[in-house]
Parts: sequence; C-alpha cells; structure tokens
Amino acid sequence: MYNEINPVLNPPSLVEKSGYENKTILGFWVYLMTDLISFAALFATYVVLRNNTFGGPSGKELFSLPFVLVETFILLTSSFTCGLFTLAAQRNNKAQAISWLTVTFLLGVSFLSMELSEFSHLIQEGNGPQRNAFLSAYFTLVGAHGLHILVGLLWAAVSLVMVWKRGITPHIMNKLTRFSIFWHFLDIVWVFIFTIVYLLK
Amino acid sequence: MNQAQSHGSLKSYISGFILSVLCTVLAFVVMQEHLLTGSALISVVVFLAIVQAWIQLQFFLHVGFKSRWTIAIFISTMSIILILVIGSLWIMHHLNYNMTSEQMDTHILYEEGMDTHSY
Repeated sequence: MYNEINPVLNPPSLVEKSGYENKTILGFWVYLMTDLISFAALFATYVVLRNNTFGGPSGKELFSLPFVLVETFILLTSSFTCGLFTLAAQRNNKAQAISWLTVTFLLGVSFLSMELSEFSHLIQEGNGPQRNAFLSAYFTLVGAHGLHILVGLLWAAVSLVMVWKRGITPHIMNKLTRFSIFWHFLDIVWVFIFTIVYLLK
Repeated sequence: MNQAQSHGSLKSYISGFILSVLCTVLAFVVMQEHLLTGSALISVVVFLAIVQAWIQLQFFLHVGFKSRWTIAIFISTMSIILILVIGSLWIMHHLNYNMTSEQMDTHILYEEGMDTHSY
C-alpha cells in the first residue's frame, strides 16, 4: 500500500550498501528525471504556442476526446499489467511473467497504432506539423512520447526473449525492474499530455 | 520476496489502477459536462492530473522517498521544471503583451479600460 517501498529505489543507505543493483536503479531514476525535464520543455513550448494557429483549425476542432479517452485507458491498463508482470517475475513465475509481459506489449502496440492513425489522419487533412506553430508543437510533444513508447515496446520484446530463453535470474530481474519503471513513467507523462493537450484543448 | 509481500503489492497495483481510472473519468466528466469554466476549470483538471501522477508514483512505481538521494534528485528536478515552465509562460505572456498584434491590441485596450468604443 502507501507505505510499501520499492527496495531498489530506496536502498537503506547508499554508503553502507552500494551494490551494483542499487546503483543501476538509482542511475535509471536520474535518467528518468532528466527525461522529465525535456518533456517539461516540450510542454512549455506547446502551451506557449497553442494559440498560434495561423488561421488554421484549433485543437477544439481537431481532437476527438472519446478516441483519446480510449487511448488513455489502454495505456493505463498496460501500466497495470506491467505491474502484474513485475509481481509474477518477483515470484519467479516464468509462464505468468511471459503472459503478462505479452499483454503489456500488445496493449502498447494498440496504443501506438491508435496514435499513428490519429497522426496520419491529421496529416492527410493538411494539418501536418508544417501547417502552423501550434501543430508543430503538438506533433513534437506527442511524437516524443510516441517515440518513447516505441523504445519501450522494443525493450519489452527484448525482455520477452530474454526471460523465455534464460529465465529470471537476479541479473535479469534487475533489467526487468528498470523496464517496468520506464513503462510506468511513460504513463505518468501521458496523464499530463491527456490533460493539457486534449482536455484543455 | 515472500508471499505476504507479493500479495500486498497486488493490492497496491489494483488500488492504484482504480484510483487512476477515477481521476481520469472525473477530469473527463468535469470537461465534457462543462461543470466549471475559466481558471477554475484549468486548476481542477491540472490538480487531478497531479494527483493521478502522485498516485502512480506511489502505487505503481513504489517510490517511497525514503532514500535521501531519491528525494534530492526528485526535488531538484521539480525545481528546474517549475522554473522552466512558469518562467516560459510568464515571459511569453509579457512578450505577447508588449509586442502587440492587432488581436492583442484589442485585448489590452479592453483590459486597461481604454476601449475606443466608449469615446
């Protein structure tokens, strides 16, 4: 529950116990925080430029909220199944881990394909990133998130093969923990994209 | 990891999922049903997003903030983000205000009570 603590993200003391596992997870946390700063810069750019439509359509006319709500629930569910995958891996249950990771992967693929179909729809109607500053900022922000999802999917595929071939050793468990942290992080970033880009359009 | 701990974690993932769904649906309903307008709407919806991010940090990522390093990195990142975002919005708002386009002209005249139509 609330006071349950990720043992790897919260080592008792890094001085006392500066093992390899703790260092890599802490290093990964540092990477996530710097990545968050680049997303913050893209968010600031988007909010500054959102009204510069150069006579083109605004977000209100372009985005369909129900479609994005479905996308949001797919990604949220994939974040949840990724948690179930972590639990299965911690219990060293290989079959369950593989099936939950596959579910997470498939949900991620459907999220990404929905996003790409939205992009191609916009571009086909002449509302590509070159149309105006608002759309440039939109494609950069949402595209950057989509690119992270793509990287996450590749990572999931590699993890899947690794677990299948080699089983869940402590070393592999450490890699899997980093993947699940990354995947949960992407859902947190999406919460803000959903709110700032789509809800407050 | 023993059985009891795993069971507790399952509960934490399920409650995190349910709370996140609630936050998303609440924000969507507030938006769709036009329950609020203006800055109240923006504050409530952004507040719900921050709550949901916090829920996911706690229930999915299990960031307990018990290690001084994790806290230090988190706080410095948040400071940079606040300076970056609030600073950009503030500066660009003033820039728009001072480098007037026609649209902004009307807005400023209205805001300063210098609407030409009243003369």
